[in-house]
Amino acid sequence: MIENALPDDPRPRPLKTTPLDSWHRAQGARMVPFAGYAMPVQYQGVMAEHLHCRARAALFDVSHMGQAVLPGAAAASALERLVPGDLLGLKPGRQRYTLLTNEAGGIIDDLMVANIGEDRLFLVVNASRKEGDFTHIAANMPAGVRLRSIENRALLALQGPAAAAVIARIGPEAARLPFMGVAAVTLVGIPCLVSRSGYTGEDGFEISVPADRAEALAQRLVAEPEVAPAGLGARDSLRLEGGLCLYGNDIDELTTPVEAGLTWAIGSRRRLAWDFPGAVAIRDQMEHGAHRLRVGIRPDGRAPARAQTDIVAGDGTAAGTITSGGFSPTLSAPIAMGYVRKDLAADGTPLHLVVRGKPLPARVVPMPFVPHRYAR
Amino acid sequence: MAKPPSDLRYTKEHDWVRLDGDIATVGITDHAQEALGDVVFVELPEIGRDVAADEACAVVESVKAASDVYAPLAGKIVETNQTIIDDPSLVNSDAEGEGWFFRIEIDDTEAFEALLDEAAYSEYLETLD
Repeated sequence: MIENALPDDPRPRPLKTTPLDSWHRAQGARMVPFAGYAMPVQYQGVMAEHLHCRARAALFDVSHMGQAVLPGAAAASALERLVPGDLLGLKPGRQRYTLLTNEAGGIIDDLMVANIGEDRLFLVVNASRKEGDFTHIAANMPAGVRLRSIENRALLALQGPAAAAVIARIGPEAARLPFMGVAAVTLVGIPCLVSRSGYTGEDGFEISVPADRAEALAQRLVAEPEVAPAGLGARDSLRLEGGLCLYGNDIDELTTPVEAGLTWAIGSRRRLAWDFPGAVAIRDQMEHGAHRLRVGIRPDGRAPARAQTDIVAGDGTAAGTITSGGFSPTLSAPIAMGYVRKDLAADGTPLHLVVRGKPLPARVVPMPFVPHRYAR
Repeated sequence: MAKPPSDLRYTKEHDWVRLDGDIATVGITDHAQEALGDVVFVELPEIGRDVAADEACAVVESVKAASDVYAPLAGKIVETNQTIIDDPSLVNSDAEGEGWFFRIEIDDTEAFEALLDEAAYSEYLETLD
């Protein structure tokens, strides 16, 4: 994932830092550039942090992600003009995963939208996309709806089977949130916005916290016996095991929600009106099938197949490309996801992955690789 | 970090080399394993392969990324360490011992002396920080 840092930027710029920068360094983090930020890639080691998250609870700094508020009674209807999700049906206290789509049906970004009450939507977008996203959204709002990007808050993610027990000690209200619920909650005297969500496949919480209190909250959380800090390395291997897309790898402006297997993010009401960007192309693919589909892939051997690896069919014809691949600490085996021709997308289909010039046997498998354990 | 024994030589590609007669045993340095993180896969060259100096001939992969391992000296691969195929974590736990990669019958033992000694490698590492 390190190689994703600033993929299009030939000139190095000074890295931005999160409010937890010095805290990471004090915790022994190895810092790397990612999406223009100095970010911790690991503290103790990717494997240990990954397994700790699956067994107990891990704390991630995801302050590089973009946070914004869209206020106004017309906010939901205005944002619906840019996404295929049902936002008018999003009740106060609820969060939803959705997509910014372009006119060709490609994905500009994937994002979380929460209804935080009082006619306000709260948005969390990818770090690498936030400037473009916010410009795009702001430019498409009607008079009276103004996007406010939030620069003075950090974002922490507490993830793992022990996350709820940990957060119950410092904010019992947060522990009572349902999956994809969101609420303003005071944690150890700090006013936070907490959602029950994450990017690991585990139960957990994402916590928007004032920047000047982020270190105090992080310190309080890692003081709990179940909690260890985890970096971007573990975040990437955890989300891959969860079959979750990484923007820029698995989805981008040239992939559609149909190809990516994300049609569940298209609201049923939106499928009546087909009035979101790219609806014509997306509807056509939903009715006639996409030429390629995102699938899970398990190499038969031990060699990981990384992003950009070519996939070939049994008859030697080109089948597609791996978009994310690596080693699964939970399964102790290589795993990958990628796009293959639709005739090769069925579970169990044998494929070959061309790793260092050699075709290695693999097969299509269902995702997630590791079952989700969200609070339900 | 364990202090490396002094009879080793090193390369700027972070290989270590130990010479017994004309057989060079090669692995990655403790610095390299530390930088890579948890090693999860190793690919070793075929026995009998002729390698040139600085030729990529093995692969080491961590959870995060894949890296090439280069032959530090020209010669013929005569032995590979199957133990690290079965247990790649040995490369982390004992990089400069049980975690060796391969052995080369080298063409030119004088080339060994031209590699970095411990002091020169340590000095090189400091320039990287």
